[in-house]
Amino acid sequence: MISTMECGADAQNLISISLMKIHNSRTQRGGIKLHKNLLVSYVLRNARQVYIKEKYAEIYRMQQYEEVMTVCNEIQELDPLDLDAEDDEEHARTACCGEGASPCGSVCHRGAAQPAAHARTASAVFGCASLEEDTREPDPSYYRSCCMEASPAPHCDQLPASGSAHCNKTTVLDLDTHVVTTVENGYLHQDCCCDAPPLGQGAQTPAKKRKVEPGCYVSDVEEISDFTAARKRAKREDCSYHSLDYTDTSNISNLISIFGSGFSGLLSRQADLEQICSKQVLASLGAWTRAIVAF
Amino acid sequence: MAGSGGDMQWCFSQVKGAIDDDVAEADIISTVEFNHTGELLATGDKGGRVVIFQQEIENKNQPQFRSEYNVYSTFQSHEPEFDYLKSLEIEEKINKIRWLPQKNAAQFLLSTNDKTIKLWKISERDKRPEGYNLKEEDGRYKDPNAISGLRVPVLIPMDLMVEASPRRVFANAHTYHINSISVNSDDETYLSADDLRINLWNLEITDRSFNIVDIKPANMEELTEVITAAEFHPLQCNTFVYSSSKGTIRLCDMRASALCDRHSKLFEEPEDPSNRSFFSEIISSISDVKFSHNGRYMMTRDYLSVKIWDLNMENRPVETYQVHEYLRSKLCSLYENDCIFDKFECCWNGNDSVVMTGSYNNFFRMFDRGQRRDMTLEASRENSKPMQVLKTRKVCAGGKRKKDEISVDSLDFNKKILHTAWHPQDNIIAVATTHNLYIFQDKVN
Repeated sequence: MISTMECGADAQNLISISLMKIHNSRTQRGGIKLHKNLLVSYVLRNARQVYIKEKYAEIYRMQQYEEVMTVCNEIQELDPLDLDAEDDEEHARTACCGEGASPCGSVCHRGAAQPAAHARTASAVFGCASLEEDTREPDPSYYRSCCMEASPAPHCDQLPASGSAHCNKTTVLDLDTHVVTTVENGYLHQDCCCDAPPLGQGAQTPAKKRKVEPGCYVSDVEEISDFTAARKRAKREDCSYHSLDYTDTSNISNLISIFGSGFSGLLSRQADLEQICSKQVLASLGAWTRAIVAF
Repeated sequence: MAGSGGDMQWCFSQVKGAIDDDVAEADIISTVEFNHTGELLATGDKGGRVVIFQQEIENKNQPQFRSEYNVYSTFQSHEPEFDYLKSLEIEEKINKIRWLPQKNAAQFLLSTNDKTIKLWKISERDKRPEGYNLKEEDGRYKDPNAISGLRVPVLIPMDLMVEASPRRVFANAHTYHINSISVNSDDETYLSADDLRINLWNLEITDRSFNIVDIKPANMEELTEVITAAEFHPLQCNTFVYSSSKGTIRLCDMRASALCDRHSKLFEEPEDPSNRSFFSEIISSISDVKFSHNGRYMMTRDYLSVKIWDLNMENRPVETYQVHEYLRSKLCSLYENDCIFDKFECCWNGNDSVVMTGSYNNFFRMFDRGQRRDMTLEASRENSKPMQVLKTRKVCAGGKRKKDEISVDSLDFNKKILHTAWHPQDNIIAVATTHNLYIFQDKVN
């Protein structure tokens, strides 16, 4: 657990400082210093982890508050002895409390009926071992998370079968968590890792909706929370915004997703960068990655 | 033999380099090294020059003063180069100098920049030939018809001239930046290490070298650590160590296999989880590794501490000394101003009883292993009167600052001592600030 208390530096600030260092290293005399840039990438990765966790924790808190309020309003209109609501509640309790985590407990014991989508979400958040197939049709903006065994597969050939609308999307593979992140107009989506496009192809455009691989299971708590939080964030984008400037947040998120693969991400995503970030930073980063690759 | 440093007092002896603050970047000292007898002291700078100082013969009239070091030779070792294939400039900065043991009248040293190692011969000339038959004294050729007699040229004394000539150039063996060179105890080979590879050279052969360590991953995307320093064991010619950016040290035996990717020993101390921060990886990166003279221990320097390792114990160091623990709460600022990437070196005294390393504000630290005492001294022009005893300094980490203490926020992080060297036999130390070289010696009572 990284202590964020030191010197009051927040993760976002560190991310921008780190990116600036990488940008400046390209023009330093003597060529790019591998050692220094590797260390900077570690800071970037650490800051990103903290930033994402903080962000999603905040989003989740807001989400939770909203949903509780929504449910409370619904309850006021519903018959408290309604059996369907109880079933949902039971399902939620079973799914959530299997892990026995205390935050889970606090959610369950609110005693409110919870929609199945939320139950699925909650179970995912608290690291339940499997995501069961759900008979309900998922909201189009939600994605299922599934993950293969951890094996670096940057040159994977699999691509989603359903549709390939060409819009402003970019996909990167996070080699740390084996999660594919699709950045679309500032929206952050995460998806199956085995659908990573081959290197250098640039703006691959996976469809908005993907098929769930049967038998897939989530093997990493962090991935689940990342994924779930991403879904929440996608939903949140429709709702009221935080006090933070949206542009900044989305840009940071874009950069975070791109640099999600840490040092490796910087090596491979020139084309992606140019689409999303500011031209100035991109031009320099692109040349930097070229120089690294040339080594 | 050098005694322990606990109750030793250090005195200012000399300072070399420009006095005013307006100095060129080329004058920044980048390496300092005594030769095996301590008679010669070499420095390299960012401009690619090497300056060698020689200790004068002791002045018998004033036995309380040890001899001074005066300039012996200056030469341009490396020039800036341009790699046209990669469109990269190669800095001429001298990263390391290592002396070869002396075998004849001449002295030899290896100097390296990021890409090329050179073997330099430093020789003295105090005689010159006179009386050539075919040439005049100024070098013009005589008219052969005018020569009437034949004589044997003679050598006549002249003013001492020290010449440095490059005898070997070891080039094109490193893709990444060279950080270390180390001469083997067999007097025939040496190693050079860059971020990802270590090569073994024969001192006589420049057109080939053996790669003995290669940690470059098949996919550069999987890169997690780099080599930061490497050194041969002082006595066992088959053994060397290399340190990594992850805080580990690997000891390799060249008898085991030709490629020493698999280590014989791995020295690593588990990280204290309570100290985890954004910068944990940076501050655990080892910037220097040095064997003790007796070959039983090795010392590593990371950003905040010096650790002594027993070669027989891999799971933790036997001693750990905090150099400037008060910086732990300042890591964020040090990251912003790039100071957190400073690579401090460390050194042993002659009998391995005291270790020394540099810090900021032109402070340097000594740790007496036997007496468990440490000392903080300062290299500054203010304390530069001849034989002036250095006062010990103290940094106030927090709370009420006592008199003569300096608070952490007052430290000048532009004044850093990265390179220090200890005379192999006497208590004479060379401490390099950014532009100056200070020589201190212990007080002879």
